[in-house]
Amino acid sequence: MSAFLTYLLNGLAVGCAIALIAGGLVVIHRVTGVVNFAQGTFAVVAGLCVSSLLGLGLPHGVSEVAAVLVAALAGLLTGLAAVGRRGTTPLSSLIVTLGVGVLAYAVEIVLWGDQPRSAPGLAGAVTLAGARIQTQHLLVIGVTAAVFALLALFFGRTYLGKALTACASNPYAARVVGIDTRLMGLLAFALGGLLGGIAGVLVTPLRPISFDTDVTLIVNAFAAAVFGALTRPVVTLAGALLLGVAETMAAGYGYGSHQLEVALGLMIVVMIVQAGRRPAISQEQT
Amino acid sequence: MIGVRDLVVSYGTATALDHVTLTVEAGEMVALLGPNGAGKSTLANTLAGLLTPASGTVEIGGRLALIPEGRQLFPDMSVADNLALGGWRSGERDPSYAYDLLPRLAELSRRRAGVLSGGEQQMVAFGRALMSRPAVLVVDELSLGLAPNVTADLAGHLAGLNRERGLTVLLIEQNARLAFDLCRRAYVLESGRVVTEGECAELAGDPRVAGAYLGGAIT
Ligand SMILES: Nc1ncnc2c1ncn2[C@@H]1O[C@H](COP(=O)(O)OP(=O)(O)O)[C@@H](O)[C@H]1O
Ligand SMILES: [Mg+2]
Repeated sequence: MSAFLTYLLNGLAVGCAIALIAGGLVVIHRVTGVVNFAQGTFAVVAGLCVSSLLGLGLPHGVSEVAAVLVAALAGLLTGLAAVGRRGTTPLSSLIVTLGVGVLAYAVEIVLWGDQPRSAPGLAGAVTLAGARIQTQHLLVIGVTAAVFALLALFFGRTYLGKALTACASNPYAARVVGIDTRLMGLLAFALGGLLGGIAGVLVTPLRPISFDTDVTLIVNAFAAAVFGALTRPVVTLAGALLLGVAETMAAGYGYGSHQLEVALGLMIVVMIVQAGRRPAISQEQT
Repeated sequence: MIGVRDLVVSYGTATALDHVTLTVEAGEMVALLGPNGAGKSTLANTLAGLLTPASGTVEIGGRLALIPEGRQLFPDMSVADNLALGGWRSGERDPSYAYDLLPRLAELSRRRAGVLSGGEQQMVAFGRALMSRPAVLVVDELSLGLAPNVTADLAGHLAGLNRERGLTVLLIEQNARLAFDLCRRAYVLESGRVVTEGECAELAGDPRVAGAYLGGAIT
């Protein structure tokens, strides 16, 4: 029973990291219509940064915030490449984000080499109802809850958040009222970078990160985001938590080598179901 | 005011506006008629700065707001949020500014824009445009798909704003009777060119205009 609870909480923590990356995918897709395949890269960049910064002797807090800001900058640069030029179609932008991901491999290998790196997180563990939980897992869960609450407030209550949503809801109308949809797209990419960065910083102490970790991250996050039809943050969060728990349980009970297949399988099932349910909507644009 | 001279606008190789010249004086309300595909919406979008002219000049005296063809609301947002976003340019974020001008909107404020009737949606699009506190308003197809009494209500508000607040209006319409009722002058656009212009009273008597826009066709 206590093993089950341990797996469950570990799974929730893993799911939270997936949710943060998936949240970035959703924010970017909602505002720009682009599926950002460089989303896992932001987490990797932040993870590698935080390991270096802590290695240089910078204190906790400063290192993590700096790493997240670097990821946000990476998001902004990806945005400039993907949606910086007016009239780029979402499909071309998607290809650009794939290219950015590959380019990032080269940069990361030059800067950090190809070996996995880790970083110290919150040390220690607590015992909850007989189950030992690493403090870092609790931190991941707490931070993710706070981030999603803030995101909901930002998009639901603030004027800027509503303007971002407007770009997604009707890009032509957004331009009619004077919203610079290109600028909002860049803002969404920076926000996506920020979310990916938070995930990377939180995850690196739990499982070492290397340049190609982004594949595992993006596949899981994409599965969760597709679950939320790439537009619904709350459903995405639920999907990510489910995925995290399912994978951790699979690993815990001895099917550890099949984690990625679990995610891929789930994603394909969801996509088939959704393709049957949702007609392809195309927005008329001027 | 609106001053358009020798305007050419193309989509790729297709020319949608071919040397169009048109003027609306400050405080004036002018109609623009023309069949489907004439280039009316292209002109509206160009005036709003959403399309870049290939050549020619566009001059706008003060802030311009557009009520786009087909309302183009944010369907998942409340009426109040739609209106607030209309104030993006002016900084006017309080929808009560629109409620004062169009009181019916106050009753709709909490409804989702996407579920409203066509007439209500047009009212929201109208209010959203007014939130930017425009000096010039371009209305693309006010009456399209609306019942006559709904159109009359909207037209009444439009005429009132023009008369009492000096709002400059370019009214794009396929319903020539409505346009002639509201405006003193009109332009007729066909295949991207201005083919006729003048006082509505004269145009209504012009057999070509009357035949195409007032005749047996639906008005
Ligand atoms: N986005 C577009 N891309 C290519 N051609 C367009 C586009 N929008 C309109 N057109 C063409 O430009 C011409 C004028 O269209 P439009 O301005 O919408 O006319 P109207 O509003 O008078 O019906 C038409 O031939 C139309 O097919
Ligand atoms: Mg039109």
